[in-house]
Order: sequence, then structure tokens, then C-alpha cells
Amino acid sequence: MYLALFIFFAVLCVAGALNLLLQRHPINSALSLIVVMTSLAVLYLLLGAQFLAAVQVIVYSGAIMVLFTFVIMLLNAGREEHTRGSRAAFLVGFPGAAVLLALLVQIFLSARGHLAQARLGEYVTATHTLSSVLFRDLLLPFEVTSVLILIAILGAVALARKEP
Amino acid sequence: MTVPLAYYLVLSAVLFSIGVAAFLIRRNIITVFLAIELMLNAVNLAFVTFAHQWRIVNGQIFVFFVMVVAAAEAAVGLAIIITIFRARNTLNIDQVDLMKL
Repeated sequence: MYLALFIFFAVLCVAGALNLLLQRHPINSALSLIVVMTSLAVLYLLLGAQFLAAVQVIVYSGAIMVLFTFVIMLLNAGREEHTRGSRAAFLVGFPGAAVLLALLVQIFLSARGHLAQARLGEYVTATHTLSSVLFRDLLLPFEVTSVLILIAILGAVALARKEP
Repeated sequence: MTVPLAYYLVLSAVLFSIGVAAFLIRRNIITVFLAIELMLNAVNLAFVTFAHQWRIVNGQIFVFFVMVVAAAEAAVGLAIIITIFRARNTLNIDQVDLMKL
């Protein structure tokens, strides 16, 4: 059951990511990224990170991707055209990514003996455990992120405002 | 029935590599930005996997911070994209190669 769930959502993730790579129109890429993010939320749930699964759906596939689709529709972006630079990137990009993938997979599979097996529900992080670490040990970084968000809001408003 | 945690790491590597390929190949500035988000998500999966492996919640909190930074980055980056589109009327990154028009 656990293996079947993992395989189903892993395949969904990879299919969505490949669709992002292959589609020509940015709105299709954005919608397939939403598929990837939502299936990643299920995978977080399988790893026992229930709070992160909820935050992934609310913040990532909710807020951030709505922002993306909003901007794509606002700019009325059409299909992208091929240029001379894109052929060079095509020739370098695919082999480079394949080499990176082979390297990472080789490292992870060679370290397989040191890594544990995941079972359903054997280690579930309760939200109060997470919050006690976040609000006690890591309070200062948490407060700094609120300043970061404030600066980001001000920067976005200042950048996107029409020139007077 | 169990799943080795190495499989989660392999999935994360696959997603990251697809993100790198999309970052290099796509010419639309918004799709390039989406590829960056995909890479951030792949790294988040690796963080959660290692948090599960070592039974430490700090990995999950790191994912939380990555999400916050990604939200801030998306807001500012999309504002920059809107400004670029207003100035040049294009979203092709090959045509955005001058700092000043």
C-alpha cells in the first residue's frame, strides 16, 4: 500500500515536471507545476511531515502559483519562439542535466545501505513539536523572515507601480 | 510494506535535474522562473527525507524557511518581470540582454 502510494505520486511528480519542461506555453507549465507541488505534499504526508504538507498546499500551490498564473494571464504571454541562443542551450542543457542526474543518483544509491526504510505512520511530526522548536530555539530567524517578507512586499509594490 | 529513503532522494534528484534542464532550455522568462521553483521543491523533498532519516525536526523547519524565501522571491521576481515586460514588450530572455535601453 505504502509502496503503491509512493510510486503513484512519484510518477505523477515526474510526469508533471516533464510536462513543465516540454510545454511551449507558460500557462501549461504553471499548471503542471501545481500538479508537482500537490503530489509533493502527499509525499511529505507519507514521510510524516503533516504540517509541511498543509503548508505546501496552502502556500506553494495556493498562494505562489496563483501569483504566477495571475502574472502570466496579466502579461498575456504567448508561445515562446525558438532563437539562435536556444539551440546552443538545447545542446548543452540536456547532456548537462543528464550528467548531473547520473551523478546524484549514483551517490544516493551507493549510500542506500546507510539510509533507513520508511514505514507508514512510524514517525509523524506533530505540529506542537515543530512549533516548540520554531518558537523557542529558532525564534530569531523566524522574526527575521517577517522582516524579509515586509521588505519583499515593499519591493514588489515599488517595482510594479506605474511610473508617475 | 516499506520504501527505502534512497528512493525519495532519487526522486528529488530527478526533479532537480528536470528543473536544471528546463532552466537552461526554456526561453520564456516566466518558465525559467517556474523551473527555479521546481528546483526549490526538489531540495525541499531532500530536506524532509533527511529529517525523517535522522528523526530531527530542524530539517522540516528549514523547509519552512525555504518556503518563506520562495514566496518573497516570487513576489519580487514577478514584479521585476512585469517591469521588464512594460519596458521591452517581450518575455524572451535572449532579447533581455541590455541593462539599459
